[in-house]
Amino acid sequence: MNLKRRHWRDRLMLGVLSAATVLVLIPLFIVIVYVVVQGIGALNGDFFTKELGSPARAQMGQETGLVHTILGTMVVDLLALLLAVPLGIGAGIMLSEYPDHRLNPLLRLLNDTLNGMPAILKGLLAFALIVKPMGTFSGFAGAVALAFVMLPIIARTTESALMIIPWSIREAGLALGLPRWRVVLSTIIPTARVGLMTGILIAFARAAGEAAPLLFTSFGNNYLPSHWSGWLLGPVDTLPQRLYSLAISPYKQWHEMGWAAGIILLSMVIVAFVIGRLAWSGSRVAKR
Amino acid sequence: MEQAEARKSLVTRAPYGRRPEGQAAELRELGKVRMQTRSLSVHYGTAVGVHDVTLPIYNQQITALIGPSGCGKTTFLRALNRMHDQTRGARVTGQALLDGEDIYAPKIDPVIIRRRVGMVFQKPTPFPTMSIYDNVVAGLKLVGIRNTALLDEVVERALHQAALWDEVKDRLRNPGGSLSGGQQQRLSIARALAVEPEVLLMDEPTSSLDPQSTMRIEELMAELKTQVTIVIVTHNMQQASRISDHTAFFYVGDLVEFNPTRKMFTNPDEDRTEDYITGRFG
Repeated sequence: MNLKRRHWRDRLMLGVLSAATVLVLIPLFIVIVYVVVQGIGALNGDFFTKELGSPARAQMGQETGLVHTILGTMVVDLLALLLAVPLGIGAGIMLSEYPDHRLNPLLRLLNDTLNGMPAILKGLLAFALIVKPMGTFSGFAGAVALAFVMLPIIARTTESALMIIPWSIREAGLALGLPRWRVVLSTIIPTARVGLMTGILIAFARAAGEAAPLLFTSFGNNYLPSHWSGWLLGPVDTLPQRLYSLAISPYKQWHEMGWAAGIILLSMVIVAFVIGRLAWSGSRVAKR
Repeated sequence: MEQAEARKSLVTRAPYGRRPEGQAAELRELGKVRMQTRSLSVHYGTAVGVHDVTLPIYNQQITALIGPSGCGKTTFLRALNRMHDQTRGARVTGQALLDGEDIYAPKIDPVIIRRRVGMVFQKPTPFPTMSIYDNVVAGLKLVGIRNTALLDEVVERALHQAALWDEVKDRLRNPGGSLSGGQQQRLSIARALAVEPEVLLMDEPTSSLDPQSTMRIEELMAELKTQVTIVIVTHNMQQASRISDHTAFFYVGDLVEFNPTRKMFTNPDEDRTEDYITGRFG
């Protein structure tokens, strides 16, 4: 009797959890399907090879595309990762491995503040720090703004990924007469690497979708830069910010291109996750 | 022969750093005092973990620390290679001498002390991302020793010493975590032996092992005695009486009695020791 009831409850609980999972997945599914349906028509060869130009191009059926946006997003996002990953992982190591260090209360406060700060304020920060002194909007300023978005996420996830490694592993390393930094670098970090990678990917996905911090840092650009340095030192187009300006434009053709930009943005994040996962599991197998 | 020379210079001399000569060489003779604590106390915040322990540890002998749970055996053991440096709120007072030199003196680097005084923990702790091979030589490889021939030799020697060689020699590249619990513990011992410590601290090394593995590790300790000074914490009084030369009985943070094992288990000085050993409490 009692056993039967427990069994039934177990089934019920499983049913509730499955329903909740499906409920979470439905909106995601709707978003993906809707974006793809709306934007698929604008995805053609020109989309990946031509720059946007003036709205007249789209209206008159001339060559137009978002190659400069796709490339710009890659430049800005990768540069942001380059800035945020070492700093974020460093801060996470500091918080987890040296909890008694004098600087840690300040570091934690800064990190929490940065984490809670609205993204648009991070754009403003990068504007004040980079755009003002440089006198121009730039891809570099956009990368700094996105690095501010990534930094607290990476620091947090790194800290928690390291904290779950049992203390005994650290002691085992120390007992071999290894210095503290060596124990962290060679035993703790490799053990926590899946957690670290997940943190980096989450930070990337989050930052890749941010338009607000880019509006007055990388600003946007309808054309490819005339010189390669323009990717870093001049205004650069990025997908979320381009998506926004396409969407608020009065041109039907641009609306469709905006949806297509959404498809690319979604795919970039998904591809990044897949590559990240594969690279990580691959490195585990390859290591002897 | 050349390799043996290389090992001497790389393993024995380099990592251990400065050693006092003369007096130390004399101390190292069989049966002489290798380590000595003087009024050693360990405080956790305001609580005292171990109180005022003065205890000699004899060279090339096995010293067993016994006593009921929470009596401070492990706390005392961890004070012998400055493991408490890593515990928040723990403070050590008094002295712990290694070859006549206080390991808590301000100029002493705890990293070098831990090189000379190795430790094996209660639970096996293989490094999860490393192969069996890399686990054994972690203490050498991670300080920059890359000589493959030397590392190969150390792996074989250490695994032989830990009675694990025959079981793993064909799969040295497999992850350390793929071994059984008993094998993992012997791997942990091999890893500790690979850096050739002068003193080996063992914190209940057999408590998670089956009788057969326990027997092997006890045999191993008897063999190692000729090269290493061993201090072992054990809950198992038969084990203490089987393997040790001296036994120290701890009770609520105090050292109650320290005597040769034979005397301790046949005719102890203290009533409390006798009560504990005969199972009247503990």
